[in-house]
Amino acid sequence: MSAPAEPGVRDRVAGLIPGHSAPGALDLLEAEAIHVLREAAGQFDRPALLFSGGKDSAVLLHVATRAFGGAPLPFPLLHVDTGHNFAEVLAFRDRRVEQTGARLVVAHVEDTIAAGRVTDVARGRSRNALQSRTLLDAIEANTFDALIGGARRDEEKARAKERIFSLRDAFGGWDPHRQRPELWRLYNGAHQPGENVRVFPLSNWTELDVWRYIARERIELPALYYAHERDVVERDGMLLAITEWSSDSDRAAARRRRVRYRTVGDAISTGAVPSDATDADAVLAEVTLAEQSERGATRADDRTSDAAMEDRKREGYF
Amino acid sequence: MSLLEAPIRSAGATGLLRVATAGSVDDGKSTLVGRLLFDGKAVLADTLQAVSSASRARGADLDLSLLVDGLRSEREQGITIDVAHRYLSTPARDVILVDCPGHVEYTRNTVTGMSSADVALLLVDVRNGLVEQTRRHAAVAALLRVPHLILAVNKIDLVEFDQVAFTAVVEDAEAYAEEVGIGQVTAVPVSAKSGDNVTRRSDRTPWYEGPTLLDLLASVEVPVRADAPLRLPVQWVARGGTRKYLGTVAAGIVRPGDEVIVQPAGRRTRIRTVEDADGTLTAAGEGAAVAVTLTDDLHVGRGELIVAADTPAEVVREFVADLAVVGERPVTAGDRVQVRLGGKLVRGQVRDVTDTVDIDTGKRRPADRLETNDIGRVTIAVAEPLAVDPYGVDRTTGAALLLAERTGDTIAAALVRRLGRETP
Ligand SMILES: Nc1nc2c(ncn2[C@@H]2O[C@H](COP(=O)(O)OP(=O)(O)O)[C@@H](O)[C@H]2O)c(=O)[nH]1
Repeated sequence: MSAPAEPGVRDRVAGLIPGHSAPGALDLLEAEAIHVLREAAGQFDRPALLFSGGKDSAVLLHVATRAFGGAPLPFPLLHVDTGHNFAEVLAFRDRRVEQTGARLVVAHVEDTIAAGRVTDVARGRSRNALQSRTLLDAIEANTFDALIGGARRDEEKARAKERIFSLRDAFGGWDPHRQRPELWRLYNGAHQPGENVRVFPLSNWTELDVWRYIARERIELPALYYAHERDVVERDGMLLAITEWSSDSDRAAARRRRVRYRTVGDAISTGAVPSDATDADAVLAEVTLAEQSERGATRADDRTSDAAMEDRKREGYF
Repeated sequence: MSLLEAPIRSAGATGLLRVATAGSVDDGKSTLVGRLLFDGKAVLADTLQAVSSASRARGADLDLSLLVDGLRSEREQGITIDVAHRYLSTPARDVILVDCPGHVEYTRNTVTGMSSADVALLLVDVRNGLVEQTRRHAAVAALLRVPHLILAVNKIDLVEFDQVAFTAVVEDAEAYAEEVGIGQVTAVPVSAKSGDNVTRRSDRTPWYEGPTLLDLLASVEVPVRADAPLRLPVQWVARGGTRKYLGTVAAGIVRPGDEVIVQPAGRRTRIRTVEDADGTLTAAGEGAAVAVTLTDDLHVGRGELIVAADTPAEVVREFVADLAVVGERPVTAGDRVQVRLGGKLVRGQVRDVTDTVDIDTGKRRPADRLETNDIGRVTIAVAEPLAVDPYGVDRTTGAALLLAERTGDTIAAALVRRLGRETP
């Protein structure tokens, strides 16, 4: 190991250097994510980063603020708002926007419904499936050519073959046969007019990596990711929150439980899990023992079929 | 041990290992990967439930190979046709399994999976040894310069855990690895089906004293090139105040004060500062995502290459490359393409197609056209000078993509062999 250049100056190094200890998994995953973000900024004219206020997008935004040498983010944030929100998630979203000085574009599912471009679901049902149309409209209105998202390959089976740069046609469609082989660190963002590319810098992270990183970097999350008391109703083995959209029978069946969320999406269909974890380290300990994959435990509308995710990808959903 | 505490590793044992898995059809690769995930506790309850009901529907007990199937169309056809990624966590490091499907016509998947692999994990059926497909995978691993080969000699249960059968396969593999130029080979006798030596040591192979496959993945060291000259491709320029040049160190080490050249223009300057997101660095090595400033006010742009002043890359308008055709269309002389190398995207043209290599025998035969999944030698001309190294010297600055002129789709992977034109 080489001695520090001057006494008192810490010898801080990064990357692979013989004689120094090797970088850990998180260092390498972060470096890869930064590399991908810089490629996105370099290759596209009008990229945007999808920011919902959920934990993966909070991690993605954190990495993005570390990727550009302290300069302002070279892309705006985009939130597809289902209108079925947890209040604390919206507050968190706005706080992060203010802290980072980023520009926020909000695309409302309500507006898509009002314009008659989709039909609303019945009261009390999830609007997750309606997001695709709103997202595509937002891409068109803002002429975004790339959307950077926090999806990971370990989330769901159909994602195992997803690319880091994933090409979508003019209708947002994802054709398994048009996905380009990804070699080395050469991500190919070339596209024709009307096409756009989804970019997933966290592709190779697992849920465990995400929580380790949240703990290491002390990343703030909406409070509902940690244990809290909430009125919930049990359905299909999941704990669903009582919200303003809940039915009377659900209200009657509700019980107060100590829970936390593992993902946040549409407030109606996202389930909570029983938990006592009040900080990231405690969540880490629980996640290590967790029996259910993140989506299986918490997204009511993914359960419908094994191939549900694949179908939604074809439609332009992430 | 706290989950946040990483063990101290030597530089060769990084916290993340990329493993490309390959093998001939039916040698048991899906079962092996499924077994690694299952025993490595990377399979979650709901996934397992889906797999066991799918297994029952097919009349099997628990078919672990179903864990590694992906897209529905492939599932229906019962084959795997695209590179898939799976994740394992060991106490020592994370492992990314990049699964390269094993059909003759999918050489492109193997090329893709091997391109960024630290280790090639090759599976063979102990009863068949190295068949044509396995040899091809090993040859592709060698071509792509994967530094380490792990040979999982599978179905050892079907030969009564016989050491002689194992040794015969290993000797053959070692000879072949030497022939194609793979540095290190490590072999493990396993039964993917029953789990012997995959994640737990088998008492049915008392003659085998090495580690289990999982332990091997957790501990294998990747060689670090201690003396490699600096290669830092610029991805992005942060403006406002002093210009910062952002990029990932491809090779060597960058330190404040280093004399460097910015290529292809060839301007000479010095590194003023090196930093990452946490602040100033005294040195940054391979894989680090850094921001550097220079002592001179040069207007360096995305796609330029910062290199060690005493060992610059070559600046060329023409180079000879081994081309692996990964797109849907053939490549012929005269094709107009775009060439992506690091952050550079330039117009180019395929000048000649010289020959194609039979990856099984290593023999070359003259050809004027390369089909999908072919590998062959070509000369490529580019409209602007490019700074390149031979691929054998640097897996980043010697690697390029050819893109279709109109659609931008990826046509081929180019491994730089020589600078200038091929002389027959
Ligand atoms: N006896 C035995 N059978 C195995 C072993 N590994 C795989 N198989 C069987 O070999 C067949 C092919 O396995 P599979 O994993 O689908 O092969 P792949 O085509 O290489 O992915 C299946 O019937 C497996 O059950 C093993 O270690 N021992």
